[in-house]
Formats: sequence, structure tokens, C-alpha cells
Amino acid sequence: MSIPFTTQTINLLASILLLIAFAMLSQRRILSLINLFAWQGLVLSVSTFVVAYSTAQRHLYYSAALTLLLKVLVLPWLLHRLIRKLNVKWDVETLINIPATMLVGIALVIFAFNLAAPISQLSESITRGLIGIALASVLLSLLMMITRRKAISQVVAFLSLENGLFFAATSATQGMPLVVELGIALDVLVATFIFGIFFFQIRETFDSLDITHMEKLKDD
Amino acid sequence: MMAMKQTLGILFQLCQSLLVVALAPLLTGWVNQCRAWLQNRSGAGLLQPYRTLRKLFHKDAVLAYNASPLFRTTPYILFGCMWLAAAIIPIIAIDLPFSPAADVIALVGVFALARVFISLAAMDIGTAFGSLGARREMLVSFLAEPALLMVFFTSSLISHSTQLPHIVETFTHHEFVLYPSLAFAGLAFVIVLLAENARIPVDNPSTHLELTMIHEAMILEYSARHLALVEWASSLKLLAYISIGIALFVPYGIAEVDNWHALPLAITALLVKLALAGAGLAVLETFLAKMRIFRAPEFLGTAFLLAVLGLLIHFLLGA
Repeated sequence: MSIPFTTQTINLLASILLLIAFAMLSQRRILSLINLFAWQGLVLSVSTFVVAYSTAQRHLYYSAALTLLLKVLVLPWLLHRLIRKLNVKWDVETLINIPATMLVGIALVIFAFNLAAPISQLSESITRGLIGIALASVLLSLLMMITRRKAISQVVAFLSLENGLFFAATSATQGMPLVVELGIALDVLVATFIFGIFFFQIRETFDSLDITHMEKLKDD
Repeated sequence: MMAMKQTLGILFQLCQSLLVVALAPLLTGWVNQCRAWLQNRSGAGLLQPYRTLRKLFHKDAVLAYNASPLFRTTPYILFGCMWLAAAIIPIIAIDLPFSPAADVIALVGVFALARVFISLAAMDIGTAFGSLGARREMLVSFLAEPALLMVFFTSSLISHSTQLPHIVETFTHHEFVLYPSLAFAGLAFVIVLLAENARIPVDNPSTHLELTMIHEAMILEYSARHLALVEWASSLKLLAYISIGIALFVPYGIAEVDNWHALPLAITALLVKLALAGAGLAVLETFLAKMRIFRAPEFLGTAFLLAVLGLLIHFLLGA
């Protein structure tokens, strides 16, 4: 029982990340969904910071700061502005049976843990147990994209999927090169802008952000 | 030496058993008082539950014509079950002589036994409210019980034992380690505690509005000493649950059985923790709103989910 305190902290943060992924999966309100996304970003940033501290890698500090700036401040702010402009701030989404979704989520987590177990054996880093959690949160975000009807929640799911990938990168390989991280960060930012434009287009054409309308391709 | 230790153990056991029975109404009074303060009311005072109990014990019991012996014996069984549960849990000392009588799974069984009897008694008279309350109670508890078991399993996995004294011993004597799995189990346990003790948001302990009540609907037919015992048992149940929470998650300060001098500290620590837990419960109850009965499965499903996640995380991270 002599796990260093930083590893304990990272384990705890990873668990919180998983918890937030589940909270997002069960969230009905779009506004709370975005707030949860911001919290996820914050946890991610703190965990990156702790990894940077424990492995003494300078560039991870930058990526922690970048995460904080982009995923806790800029992206949530953009999304907040979007839902205010689209006037869907208080929208409540009807989900297919939350407890059932949760059970599927648990099954996904078990699947991810089993899948990650042999990979974790190969890794030498202090945080190797976390690959399973990162994989689980990626799968949970995918599940969220499948079960959601509104375009905005799908985009939030996409962004949180990226969070999961980023977490996998920091925990398994102790961070990507800074250039790659910058590129991804920029991509995500641009993607959010483009999604915003899409939202307006979707709403103008279908009078709603419910993407089930997009399944009808014929005029009637 | 052995005989000395045994006598001391029995003394500790007696001390704890009497203490819990005496303290339980005070805890209920404290929670109600905190709630009153938070809601800007002056409240009835800490000793109100004792006054209510005294009043009820002095009254003449009224029974329905068609009440069977089951209806009359249930309050005693209920009280006995809760007292037994509170005697098993390590509240002031770790190695009580009663403790090996039941591990955590049997403890859940003791609570279930009490629940079966109160539900049967509620249906015994044949009023609509009784069966309604019993059915709702069964709905809530059948969802809460697996979550509670999962919470116990998580801590059992960490300490490699299902015996509560052993679990508590592991947690008090090891160096401090952050257990993410225990944090999840703790959250799940709070939800189960709210549901099992008929608190807001699942049930409202202070309502007699027929459409929302669960626990109150079941005990509607009871009066006088029967009602007093049922109420006392409810207080004991709350105390037992909070003590389980303390034993599993913050057992620091508890006494060893052969250490007589640690007793004052253990009791002080217990009182402080109970006061904090009671105040926390009042805060939770003030900030949450009573939810519809059909949202309760979702709420308890969350507890189950959290507990299972705790288990899984324990397997993955080994912490």
C-alpha cells in the first residue's frame, strides 16, 4: 500500500471523469450538459497538471493550461452563446429510458476495462490503470452521441469524446508532442464554430434542432 | 486475562446498546431542529422526540377489530431488529462480543426482516393506505438493497472481509490512502440512506399528505405504545445507518475493546460525527425537493450505478 500520493490523486480524478461521463449521459437539460462539459474539462486540466508535476515534463504544463483555457472557458462560453442565440437554453430533451442507458453504460465500462487490461500490462508509466477509464469515457461519449436527438447534445458528446481521448493520451503515453496537441486544440475550436453554423442552418431548414427531422429526405 | 477481556467486552457491548437506544431520539430531534433552523422556524427543541415517546407510552392503545397478532407483535419485532442492528455495528468500540453474530450481508438481512414485518402489518388491517404504503416501501427497498450490498462489497473487497469490525480495523490502522472506489460507494450510501430512512427526496418524514407518503402510510393504524415503538425503531434505524456510514467511511477515533481509556474519546468522536451527519442530512433535505414516486427508481438506480462503478474502479485501479 505505498502508492505515491500523486498517483492516488490521478486515480481519483480519473474516477471523477468517469462519473461526469455518466452524469452527462443521464442529463436531460442542455444547459446542465454544457456545465458538466466544463467541469470535465477542469478535471482533465487538473489531472494533466498532476501528471506534469509527477513526471516533471514541461510541455504537459502547457497542455494543462491550454486545456483550462479552451475546454473550461472558451468552448463552454461558445456553447452558452450558441444556445442563447438559438433560444434552446431551457430545452429538455426526451431520452430513451435513462436507467436502461445507464445499464448499457455499465456494460460498456466493463467491456472497456477488459479491453484495456492487456494494453495496461505493456505500459510502464505510473498511470497505466487509467487507460481503461479513458477508453470507458470515450465509449460513453459515443453512446451519448447515439442516444441523443438534439444536435447540440451530440456536439457536446463529440467534444467530451475528445476529452476522453486526450485523457488517454496523457495517461498512457504521458502526453503527445505539443505541436500535435496545439493542432487538435485548434481543430476542436474550429469544429465548434462550424457546428455553430450548422445549427443555424439546421434550424432554418427544419425549424428545430431535432435531427430526426433530417431522416425525412422527401418533400411531402 | 482472557476472562478480564471478556467482561470488558460485555461491558462495552452493554454500554453501546444502552447508548444507542438513549441517543436515537436525540438524533432525530437534532435533525428536525437543524431543519427548522434552516427553514427559519424556531423548532420544537432537541428533546421533543422524548416528549412524544413519553406521551405515546402513557396513552391507551387502540386496535382495529380485525387486527391479527401479527399486527400487535410487529412493533416489538421492528424495535428488536433495529436494536440488534445497532448493537452489531461497531459504534464505540471495534471488537464487540456481539459483532461476530452477523456480517454485513446478515445486517442487510436484519433490515430486510424488519421491513417485511412492517409491510405485512401495514396490509394486515386491510385499509387502502396500508397496502399502498407497503407496496411503495417494497418498490423503494428492492431498489435500495442491491445498492447497499454493492457498497458493502466495495469496502469488503478493500479490507478482504465481510465482517464489519474487520473492515473498520483495516480502515483505522492503515496509512491514509485515497480510495476513489470508496468515494463512489460513499455517494451511493448517502442515496440509500435517504431512501431507506424515508427522508426527502424519496419520502417526506413530516407529511401526512396521503398521495406522497410511504412510511407514514404504513404506520397509520398504529397508536400509543405501538406507535411509540415504531417511531423509536425509525430513530434507531437512522442512527444505525449513519453509524454504518461512519464505520465504513470515517471510522477514526473508535476505541479498541481492551482499551478502557479510549472510551471517552470514542464517545466524544461519535457525538461530533453524529451531530455533523445530522446537520448534513438536514441541509440535504432542505435543498432537495421531494420527487415523484416514479422518479425514485431513477434516483436509486443512480445509487446502484455509483456503487457498481466503485466496484469496477476498485478492480481496475486496485484502490
